[in-house]
Amino acid sequence: MKQNSAAERLINGLLKENPTFVLMLGMCPTLAVTTSAINGLGMGLTTMVVLALSNLFISLLRKIIPDRVRIPAFIVIIASFVTVAELLLKAFIPFLYDALGLYIPLIVVNCIILGRAEAYASKNGPVSSLFDGIGMGLGFTFALTVIGAIRELLGAGEVFGLSIMPESYVPCSIFVLAPGAFFVLAALTAIQNKVKLAGERRGRDMSKVQSGCNLDCAGCGESGCSRRLVEEAAKKSAKEKEGNNG
Amino acid sequence: MVKDLLIILISSSLVSNVVLSQFLGLCPFLGVSKKTETAAGMGTAVIFVITLASAVAGAIYKYILLPFDLTYLQTIVFILVIAALVQFVEMFLKKFMKSLYQALGVYLPLITTNCAVLGVALTNVQRNYGILTGIVNGFATALGFTIAIIILAGIREKMEYNDIPESFKGMPIVLVTAGLMAIAFCGFSGLL
Repeated sequence: MKQNSAAERLINGLLKENPTFVLMLGMCPTLAVTTSAINGLGMGLTTMVVLALSNLFISLLRKIIPDRVRIPAFIVIIASFVTVAELLLKAFIPFLYDALGLYIPLIVVNCIILGRAEAYASKNGPVSSLFDGIGMGLGFTFALTVIGAIRELLGAGEVFGLSIMPESYVPCSIFVLAPGAFFVLAALTAIQNKVKLAGERRGRDMSKVQSGCNLDCAGCGESGCSRRLVEEAAKKSAKEKEGNNG
Repeated sequence: MVKDLLIILISSSLVSNVVLSQFLGLCPFLGVSKKTETAAGMGTAVIFVITLASAVAGAIYKYILLPFDLTYLQTIVFILVIAALVQFVEMFLKKFMKSLYQALGVYLPLITTNCAVLGVALTNVQRNYGILTGIVNGFATALGFTIAIIILAGIREKMEYNDIPESFKGMPIVLVTAGLMAIAFCGFSGLL
């Protein structure tokens, strides 16, 4: 498949670099809103729209935005789209707006969006950036819906509000509560570790598979802004030490 | 008044703990909790920044956004204000409080993109808190974060030498620990 073609971008986001299952980005909203499949789906689609549009605009503006102020500029673009999405949800899908609440405006700080802006949209043309956003967004939606469905199934015996477990099943309500989110994510990262270890044993390159926020926020996003901030801070302190010694 | 503030203090720090029940600030919580010392440093920096940010964001909301009917801009304004504030605090500490800068300096840039800071500012607005109540809520939230991260760091230090299944090494076991802590913190819900 051709590099950067629309189809390649979509498959890349959905499978090869799935933001949740492979890259482990944006875990805060993933845990918080996946109490049911419908919430996961809603959050995923909202994020997808914001991601696709912000990728498109950042790509269009990439030659105009000066390099030094690019992070604040990206944040303003993303925050504008988030505000638009928030107002639209409030007006047209109020039940979702109530269910997601605080986590809609917090899409701004979702590291997937800034990470894609930095890693892809600021270096590539508008069309492939748009499809990169849609692909990544679909991957995120898929992951959130699956996690939401599993939690809803175990915690309430339902999926999308339809009860599918036999009546004798006693719902284990901890899975829809906060602790359940941690356990689900723990199981997920453990499976990921296992796949990674097995792949490495067979000699495959598994460097793309990351295990969550390993170091700090810098772990989020290969090229997210926080990593550079850390690097800059390290450089600065190294320089200062040199200055003190000299 | 004092009673209300006390209730906010307890509910925001313990009952609805920012990391363990709201999942905000999860990255630093999982990332900077290897040692108790660094965890305490991160916690202090978070208390400092969130308290300050909720004061500034509250003031901007009350005196600029509300009178001019611009409340729909809150997300954009808050995130920019917080980013600028963190930069400013860093510069200020570097210039005037060298020792504090050395203790907190490394953590400050990490906090810029911490969703807890933005989360608190938005919660304050959503619940119609005044400036003082907002500051107390911010402080309490950050205190809850500090408590949680220090406890987790303590457990992780003890866990270092345990025999853990290979695929659970690293993040998964930390998440299981966090989940157990979340269960423990559910116990606080009877407090109010």
